[in-house]
Amino acid sequence: MSLFGFLKKKIGQQPKKGGASARSDRGILVFENTSEVIHAERILKRESTHIRVMGPPAEIRRGCDLVIEFPLIEKLTILRTLKEASLTPLETVPISSPLLTPVDLFHIKDFGRHLMVRAANMKLTVDKDTGYIVNVSGGGCPDVPYLAQKMVGCTIDDAPSPNEIGHTLCGYALQLAYEEVKRRCSE
Amino acid sequence: MLGIVGTIPSEEFPLVSGHITLSGDCILIAGHEIPVNRGTAALMAAAVATSEALGVAPPCGYLAGDIGRGKGSRMLYKCLTEELPGSHLQTLTFHYLQPIVHWHNRLQAALTALPVRPYLIADAGYMYVAKMSGKASLYDLFTPDVGELAFLADEEAPHPFYTRGFILHDEVSTPELIARAYRHGNAARNLIVKGNQDYLADRSGILETVDSPVEEALEAMGGTGDTLTGIVSALIDAGMNIRSAAPIAMKANRYAGHLTRPTPATQVMEIIHHIPAALADIMHKERTRTSGM
Repeated sequence: MSLFGFLKKKIGQQPKKGGASARSDRGILVFENTSEVIHAERILKRESTHIRVMGPPAEIRRGCDLVIEFPLIEKLTILRTLKEASLTPLETVPISSPLLTPVDLFHIKDFGRHLMVRAANMKLTVDKDTGYIVNVSGGGCPDVPYLAQKMVGCTIDDAPSPNEIGHTLCGYALQLAYEEVKRRCSE
Repeated sequence: MLGIVGTIPSEEFPLVSGHITLSGDCILIAGHEIPVNRGTAALMAAAVATSEALGVAPPCGYLAGDIGRGKGSRMLYKCLTEELPGSHLQTLTFHYLQPIVHWHNRLQAALTALPVRPYLIADAGYMYVAKMSGKASLYDLFTPDVGELAFLADEEAPHPFYTRGFILHDEVSTPELIARAYRHGNAARNLIVKGNQDYLADRSGILETVDSPVEEALEAMGGTGDTLTGIVSALIDAGMNIRSAAPIAMKANRYAGHLTRPTPATQVMEIIHHIPAALADIMHKERTRTSGM
């Protein structure tokens, strides 16, 4: 039986839960690797498609994997948009099992002159007076040192965003911290 | 001998291996000079500084360039899978590697086939893949920070990015997270949890706590967890058991940080320069303490 055949069987066996029915109009795009997901998300958001990146169902979990949730009704448009960008999902499946969502809990630490924001395992620290990024820490995927190299020493406005130059889930977590820092610095 | 496996943030850097030495603010390996700012270079530099302080052989490094696409990591997985059978590593520390489960499992099979399995330490991306693969208990030591501990404690999360909020929340205590990680088989035999307080733990719970000196700024610095993993790796390879090595490493790393008078903008190489002095001081105190008992 194929992987997705197995999935369908599991899906069919699962009783409907309250949360699941409310999201039954949503689908999941499954991709080969995280770089493709990040690329696809960038393209789809540029088209103002209502999507979000999520953790894959446990049944199709792989190392550093992500899936994209999208309005199932827009499947054709979305696939065409992706194809124009030479992106082809491995599979497109409806949501019918619980999904993990990206972390949305921020930990904030104010050192006085410096502000640190942690999202999941990634921490970004800025100088509140100058806006310079003074440190990037945490994380375990290999783009973390790369992102730190590119971002530390830049102002939060001039630094490349992790979304643009990162590749992994750690990069994605740093993006969340980066957005939260920007939001707080602009208040 | 201690082997350290990891990546550096460059697409061009080739796969190299060899003894590691320190030169100013850089490490030297196989004719390459690599600046130390964070990540595996910081772990290696701390391990070299510790080995020099102990008067033992320098560690051997396995390095490749990787900026998150996984190319360098795949080369490392393949190289190690092929070369491990002929190696004589006593301790093996894995660090910034792309989490790829099937490569992890191949490497584990090669390790299992060795006549004498090295002491296995995993941190960063390799710790993630060890958990993802469901084989965490095959490792001797994981060195997570508090955020990563929450990930280990969440049996559903494939990566820290997906750690569920009820586990990640501040109100969940470190002992609870440790217990949960062991309950679901997602922890190594020992854990060093790095944070405002550093802990050594095993399945029975917390064994040691180190909470001084306190330098709050260290939490924001990149690389301070890497240096702790480097120090403890070198101490274990020098023959110390984990119960002795972990408290010394935790205290020495904190004390080295304290000696730099850090701010959140301090860079990790400043700490590494202070490791020999910090280790000498902490080990002297330990000897005095144990001889007076």
